[in-house]
Amino acid sequence: MQITVIDRQNQSHELVVEPGTRSNLMMMMVDAGLPVRAECGGSCVCATCHVYVRQAPAGALSELGEDEEDALDLAFEPGPDSRLACQIPITDACDGLKVELAPEWP
Amino acid sequence: MSHTESQTSRPPGEVSEIETDVLIVGAGPCGLFATFELGMLGMRCDVVDVLDRPGGQCAELYPEKPIYDIPALPDCSGEQLIDNLLLQARPFEPRFHFGLMVEALNRMDDGRWRVRTNDGQCFIAGAVVIAAGSGCFSPRKLPAAGAEMHEGEGLLYAVRERERLRGKHLVVVGGGDSALDWALNLHDIAERLTLVHRRDRFRAAPDTVNKVRALIDTGAMDFRAGAVAELVDDSGQLSGVRLQGGDQVVCDHVLAFFGLSARLGPLTSFGLDMHGDHIRVDTERFATSLDGVYAIGDVCWYPGKLRLILSGFHEAALMAHDVKRRLHPDIRHVFEHSTTAMKEHLGPR
Repeated sequence: MQITVIDRQNQSHELVVEPGTRSNLMMMMVDAGLPVRAECGGSCVCATCHVYVRQAPAGALSELGEDEEDALDLAFEPGPDSRLACQIPITDACDGLKVELAPEWP
Repeated sequence: MSHTESQTSRPPGEVSEIETDVLIVGAGPCGLFATFELGMLGMRCDVVDVLDRPGGQCAELYPEKPIYDIPALPDCSGEQLIDNLLLQARPFEPRFHFGLMVEALNRMDDGRWRVRTNDGQCFIAGAVVIAAGSGCFSPRKLPAAGAEMHEGEGLLYAVRERERLRGKHLVVVGGGDSALDWALNLHDIAERLTLVHRRDRFRAAPDTVNKVRALIDTGAMDFRAGAVAELVDDSGQLSGVRLQGGDQVVCDHVLAFFGLSARLGPLTSFGLDMHGDHIRVDTERFATSLDGVYAIGDVCWYPGKLRLILSGFHEAALMAHDVKRRLHPDIRHVFEHSTTAMKEHLGPR
């Protein structure tokens, strides 16, 4: 299964995910050494794992929850495709997911 | 909850020095628990924090969010955790110094450390414990053209002199508690107040939201859904904001509240051996590469480190025992359980 992350220099990174992995996209990106601050460690409050979804296979993403929508208020330049990576659980349906890291707060 | 607090206010340039056994940098959960552990071993602590109150991330980021992984506390909020840690440490009377950022760390000839803060306040301590979490919290800046130029005058991230805003046209940006609290607080004295938020839903306390909604509904306050694209300038003075989409709102001041962001800041210049953004420590003493300087909690790193509050508590305990050996090498070091050690502080039960 493959997930693509585009970094802030427009470089593409393929995250290869072993089947059966139980994690979330934020953790996967941190583990891959991508520059994600994840200040709150996945508590859905800091919005520093903000990504823009560029391609989402059917079923890859859950509905945007109220918590996540609230936290997105603190994201840098949120848009209609904004999600928090810590709120995207890795499932088999994520194969082919493509996201772009949002800019960091200055 | 009350806590001993010294707000330092001295004439600029005057240097004051406080001597203490241990200076703790950071008043989050690990810094607070460190005052307990060190206190139980008979050491006096001073604690500095850049914020204006104790609690660190727990208080700033998630005071009301439940925490489920504190041993023997199945469910507690960030605020409850901090209140309880303050209560637990109270017998040892830690002294708190809020609103201070540590700027320099210098080793003295006698092996103690001299720590200077951003307002000139200095501490002389036998040991320094860095419990700074993700670093110093500072306000997130408004991502709008011209923001930098107007910061401090037209554009504010905190209200220091409320009276200066009397009779002015104000734009408050944000949808959380800070933004809404200030909108309520200032709409009386402002000539006109416009609240700008990216969507027509606020994430503040329900009572606050209701009050703001009532003011918007009666026309006493304006609301615009959207984001500020640009600060409009009239010969160097802020004259308004342009919203994404093009509309302009006339104003004298913009107050922006996007929460806080953490930066390690001056800590990186102390000469500590780092592992990325974290301070490398050993797992026996939680000592850093500088003799007498320790690091615990989220700021430290060692193989297998987990950024959990409970890990920080464990780190605080081991650190405290080593600090005692360091400050009192002549005393035979006897381990006591809290049941025994606390008797003289709390009395027998």
